[in-house]
Amino acid sequence: MNPFIEIITQPDNIAIVIMIIMVSFFMAWAFQQAFENDRRLAAGLPVEGENDNFVDTFKPLVRIELIIALVVMVGLTIWSIAIDAPLEEIANPTITPNPAKAPWYFLGLQELLVYFDPWLAGVVLPSLIVVGLLAIPYIDINPKGNGYYTFAERKYAIIIFSFGFFVLWLLLIVIGVFFRGPGWLWYWPWQEWDHARVVFEPTKDLTSVIGIDSRSIPGIIIGGIVVVSYLVGGMVAPYLYWKKNNPELLKQLGMVRYITITFLFVTMMSIPIKMILRLVFLVKYVWIIPWFGGINF
Amino acid sequence: MKRLPEITDKVKKNLIWKSIFRRDYRNTIRDRAQAVFGNVFLHLHPVQVRESAVKLRFTWGMGGITFFAFIILVITGVVLMFYYHPSVDQAYTDIKDLEFQVPYGVILRNLHRWGAHFMVIVVMIHMFRVFMTGSYKAPRQFNWGIGVFLLVLTFLLSFTGYLTPWDQLGFWAITVGTNMGAATPFLGYQGPFSEFLHITPYNDIRFALLGGAQVGGNALLRSYIWHCVAIPLVSIILMFVHFWRVRKDGGISKPQK
Ligand code: HEM
Repeated sequence: MNPFIEIITQPDNIAIVIMIIMVSFFMAWAFQQAFENDRRLAAGLPVEGENDNFVDTFKPLVRIELIIALVVMVGLTIWSIAIDAPLEEIANPTITPNPAKAPWYFLGLQELLVYFDPWLAGVVLPSLIVVGLLAIPYIDINPKGNGYYTFAERKYAIIIFSFGFFVLWLLLIVIGVFFRGPGWLWYWPWQEWDHARVVFEPTKDLTSVIGIDSRSIPGIIIGGIVVVSYLVGGMVAPYLYWKKNNPELLKQLGMVRYITITFLFVTMMSIPIKMILRLVFLVKYVWIIPWFGGINF
Repeated sequence: MKRLPEITDKVKKNLIWKSIFRRDYRNTIRDRAQAVFGNVFLHLHPVQVRESAVKLRFTWGMGGITFFAFIILVITGVVLMFYYHPSVDQAYTDIKDLEFQVPYGVILRNLHRWGAHFMVIVVMIHMFRVFMTGSYKAPRQFNWGIGVFLLVLTFLLSFTGYLTPWDQLGFWAITVGTNMGAATPFLGYQGPFSEFLHITPYNDIRFALLGGAQVGGNALLRSYIWHCVAIPLVSIILMFVHFWRVRKDGGISKPQK
C-alpha cells in the first residue's frame, strides 16, 4: 500500500485527520465571522449579537442541545463501528519500538526534543505554555473585542495566539504524527520507512561555527552572552520602541505586565529560532553550561 | 384515535406520574421557566438566554460538546471497569476478552477510545473559540483560568488511560512521557541541579509517578487510579465551578463595546 495512505488510515491517526478537518473548518468560520464583524464595525453597524433578544431556555436551547448530543452520539457510534481501536502486542520492556511515540497530543512536545534538551522541551516549556495561557486575560489589557469575533480590533493578540496554537502546537503535532519515522528522522509521507537508515548530520554548536570550542571557557562565555543578550535585548527593545512611539501603552501596561508579556513572547519565539538554527544551519546548542548536571540552551 | 387523549389523561392523573412531575406542563411563560428551574439538570441554565446562545455561530456549542464527550467517557468507562483488572497479568488479556468474548465489547472499547480522542480535539477548539470571541476578558478572566486547568486535566485523563491496555503502544508512550519527568530541574535524576538535592532514580519525581524505577505493575495501578478516580473527580469539580461561573459572569459573553 502507498505509505501515505497507510499512515493516515492507521486507526489512531484517523483522529488526527478528523482534528485537521475540524480545526480547519472552525478556524475558517471564526475568521470569516471576525472579518464580517470588522466590516460592520468599519461601517458603524452593530456587530453580530449586539442587539440580541432573549429567548426561553426551554425549549429552544434544550432542543438544540439535544440535537447536538444526538449528532455527536451518532457520529461517535459510526466511528466506533467502522474502526477498531488498535491493540498491539503485550507490553514488553525488552523490545523498544522505533520510533516510540508519545500520545498524539504530546507529539509537538516530543518534536521539541529535537531542538531542546528534555528539561526544557519536556518540563520548562510545557509549564510555560500553561502559565502563558493562564496569564492571557491579565496581560491582554485591550478592552475591545470582548464578546464578539473581530480581527481588526485585536490584531496582535490574535496573530500571536494563532501562531502558538496553529503552528507551534498543532503543526508540530501533525509533523510528529505523519512526518517522523524510525530514529525520529524526517520521512515524507510517500517515503517508505527504513529502519536501517542512519543520517549522519554533523551538528555543531554556535561557537564552533566561528572555531571556538563550545565547552571551553571562552565558548561558554560567548554562548552565554548570545543567550542573555537575546533574552534581555528581546525584553528591552520593545520598551525603547514604545517609549518613543507609544509611551501611553507602557504606562497602561505597567512593569509586571510588561515583563511577563515580553518574557513569554521571547521564550515562545526561541522555539522557531532554534528550529531554524537546527534545521537550516545544523546548530544544536547556542550555549552549553557543562556544570550542575548540564544546562544547555 | 379518540382514546389517545383518554390514555394520556389516565397516565397523567396517576399518582405515580404526579409524584414525579408535580404539575401539568402548559405552554406558558411560567411553565417554561418552571421546566428549567424545577429540574436539577436543566437548572444549570438560566430561564432565558440570549439568542446567540441558541445559534450555533457564536459558541459552536463546543463547551457543551466537550462536556457531552466527558459524559460518554464516564459511562463507557464505568462499564469498562467491570471487565478490567489493573494488573500486569490480567490487563492485556482483559482487553483481548473485550474484543473476543464480551458482547459488544469491541464497540464499548472503541467508543471509549474514540470518545477520548474526540474530547481532546473539541476542548482545544472550545478554547480557540473562547479566545477568538475575546470571552476571557473581564469579567471572565477567572473562568478562563479554570478552563486552562480543565484543558490540562483532559490531556492527563487521556494520557493516564493510555497505559491501561498494557500493550506496546501504551507502555512505550508512557515510558517516553515519564522519562520527561526524570529531566525535571531539581526533582528529576537527570535534570539540572538535582545533584544538590541528592536525587537518584529511586527518589525522583519519575519514581513517584511510576511507583518504581521502571514502568511496571505499580505504574499500571497508579495510572489506573489517576485515570478512573482522581483526575475525573477533580475534573468534575472544576467543571461545575466552570459552569457556575459562566452563569455568575453573566452568561455567554455578549458584545461589550
Ligand atoms: C473539560 C473541559 C471544558 C468544558 C466541559 C467546558 C465547558 C464549557 C461550557 C459548556 C461553556 C458554555 C459556553 C460554550 O459552550 O462555549 C463554557 C464556557 C467557557 N469556557 Fe469552557 N469548558 C472546558 C474547557 C475550557 C478551556 C480549556 C477554556 C480556556 C482555556 C475554557 C474557557 C471558557 C470560558 C472563558 C467560557 C465563557 C465563555 C463565554 O462566556 O462566552 N473552557 N465552557
